[in-house]
Amino acid sequence: MRMPRGGARFVISFLALPIIIYVIFVIAPYLQAFYLALTDWKGITASPKFVGFKNFEVLFSDSVFWKAVLHHGILLLVLPLVTLIIALFFAFLLNMGAGTKGVRGSRFYQAVFFFPQVLAVAVIGVLFQAMYRPDKGGVLNGLLDLVGVEPIGWLTKPNLALWMLIAVLVWQAVGFYVVLFAAGMASIPKEIVEAAQLDGCSKGRMFFQVTLPLLWDTMQVAWVYLGIAAFDGFAIVQVLSVDRGGPDGSTTVLPLEIWRNAFTFSKYGYASAMGVALFVLSLTFAVLTLRVTRRERIEY
Amino acid sequence: MSAALPQNPSRRSVLKGLGMAVLAAGPLSACAFGSDDKPANNGPTGTVSANNPLGVAANAPLEVVIFKGGLGDAYATEVHEPMYKKAYPEATIKHMPTQQISQTMQPRFASGDVPDVIANSGSDVMDNGALASEGQLLDLTPLFDAPAIGGSGKVRDGLLPGTVEAGILSGKPYLMKYIYTVYGLWYDQALFEKNSWTPATTFEEFDALLGKIKAAGLKPYAYAGKNASYYQYWMIAITAAKIAGNQVLIDMDNLKEGVWTSEPVLKAATAWAEIGKKYLDPSFEGLTHTEVQTAQNQGQIGFYPSGSWLENEQKEQTPATFKYGLTPTPSVTSSDKLPFGAVRAAAGEAYIIPAKAKNPQGGLEYMRMMLSKEGARGFSEKTGNITVVKGAADGLPLSPGTKASNDALNKAGDNIITYNLFEDWYKEFETELRAKTNALMFGRITPDQFCKDVQAKADAVRNDSAVTKQNRTS
Repeated sequence: MRMPRGGARFVISFLALPIIIYVIFVIAPYLQAFYLALTDWKGITASPKFVGFKNFEVLFSDSVFWKAVLHHGILLLVLPLVTLIIALFFAFLLNMGAGTKGVRGSRFYQAVFFFPQVLAVAVIGVLFQAMYRPDKGGVLNGLLDLVGVEPIGWLTKPNLALWMLIAVLVWQAVGFYVVLFAAGMASIPKEIVEAAQLDGCSKGRMFFQVTLPLLWDTMQVAWVYLGIAAFDGFAIVQVLSVDRGGPDGSTTVLPLEIWRNAFTFSKYGYASAMGVALFVLSLTFAVLTLRVTRRERIEY
Repeated sequence: MSAALPQNPSRRSVLKGLGMAVLAAGPLSACAFGSDDKPANNGPTGTVSANNPLGVAANAPLEVVIFKGGLGDAYATEVHEPMYKKAYPEATIKHMPTQQISQTMQPRFASGDVPDVIANSGSDVMDNGALASEGQLLDLTPLFDAPAIGGSGKVRDGLLPGTVEAGILSGKPYLMKYIYTVYGLWYDQALFEKNSWTPATTFEEFDALLGKIKAAGLKPYAYAGKNASYYQYWMIAITAAKIAGNQVLIDMDNLKEGVWTSEPVLKAATAWAEIGKKYLDPSFEGLTHTEVQTAQNQGQIGFYPSGSWLENEQKEQTPATFKYGLTPTPSVTSSDKLPFGAVRAAAGEAYIIPAKAKNPQGGLEYMRMMLSKEGARGFSEKTGNITVVKGAADGLPLSPGTKASNDALNKAGDNIITYNLFEDWYKEFETELRAKTNALMFGRITPDQFCKDVQAKADAVRNDSAVTKQNRTS
């Protein structure tokens, strides 16, 4: 199809502004971070010294960096998997758990599941501070106290703290994916579902052989979103963890270390190097996921 | 802001290509300080006399800018300014209270139209180091060398130890630090009297006392591991200084080799780790300072390490029956270098005189009045804080906590434990120390390991050429 005369100019004029804004506020800072990663900038001088790849050499022998990377690895495995399984389960129940209509009041449940998504991260932080409070004043420990169990240091035990933080991230994310999957399931044509039911397909089989394949695109997107979320975690860790990333660095994540190196230690150059590493990690993940999960699309 | 950004060819060319460079850099480049190179003027001077040793021009106007925060500004309008007015009735005083020192003062510094005295405090405080290095601050040596009002000797002789030193930036006293903060272990005097508990003088007694408090159903000792573990490393540092003197703390600040693994520090860490093991509830690692301090106000906690701002900070939560008391940290051995009564105390809250003030002599004279016994006493009456002036608050009807601080200071005499400067100098080291303090106190590492780990970080920072090194000799 040929564009009408003047059409190209018309389209470009509409696209120019968003592209300029994107370049200024996204591309330019990225480029700047790449440059800063090669300097020893401390945030004050106008002309930082160029130090080549020294920041990266230090970075690769920095145990805190590797600890944070390990935590991202755990997050990357656990967060999408657990979130997707729970969200799929809820969405399936809401939509076709009971007949094709879903359970009674499914719309209400959908709204309730979505609540955490509406809350600001700071609110969630404060909420879980009360949940996880390490003495009997905490919600969880208060309940345990009723059955005579000593308070548990949810966030003060180095082996437990990260898992408790992952639980918060999952709790926060599930609602969004329930709604996303529910919408995806609702758009699956009735004929296919009815045909399967007529053929005597069980609910479990229906889920694995009809719903899941038809939801593949949505799942793929969800996986990438959650994977990218697994490279963040800054706010929750910053608000909830002991000593910001503790105890003993057992909950630290890269964005937190970037923040600390830049704004507490004034090592902006080094922080930028960490930022570049994080950028490479997330980009690699996104590309790999999209590649590996590529499948033939089912048109309906 | 943009003046603070580095030269960046790639970013430049990208922006230029879009013709946006001007847009991005223009309006934001209004920087903190203009290039006003007017030489520091010396202002009007009057005749030097016994009553006017600084040579103040009696009719020169004086402008005073006060941060109106927790301390209010009545101490200026009702105490210091009337004192000045009484001595120089011809002078007009312009009093300006503000809650945003930086926002109101930086533009004035940029334009050169500065006041004569500034209380540079609050969350929007101006960076004194930056002001000093820009040559914007007046050297206060003449103030400290002037004769004290209503006393004998110089102004500096009437001040508590370490006051002048606390205001030194690049070798010169540019800041007049006015409030004296005392550090130690805080408890409820009323609660202790009721149970006939008396604060301990040695770690052995301390152990026994904490045992009694525990038996009474309280948490005997607490600090907030979640966000205030530095309160605890203060105690370790103070104990180390008690064992071996202030030199240990100076060595810590200078990142001296082996100071953290030295015997006094190891002994101090061992003594406190023992307290942690026996008496520190694990839940405190996950609580904030507000939560722990409130629990103490509710009578659940024996001792809490902090500074003398604590009483004021907790004013809202403290029941009327609660009476803050302060005890110095216990002694470790009988051969400790400093006596039990030694406390850490430091001068804070900086007052400055701009180098380009229109009436700098008046500013110095105003500060001399602040540092007189009368001026300091008036300040304590209005704000409930003790000042750097020796004995000025004696006999005043002070709040229990302030009185306890004042008594502790009087008992300590010259045995003042110095403040650690590494907290400001080497943040990276300090962050590690916080983490290791929690690990030590909550029993995840041994004192030996604590000393080794902290020393390793000190060594790493010392050997990191990217970190600018500081040095102190006293």
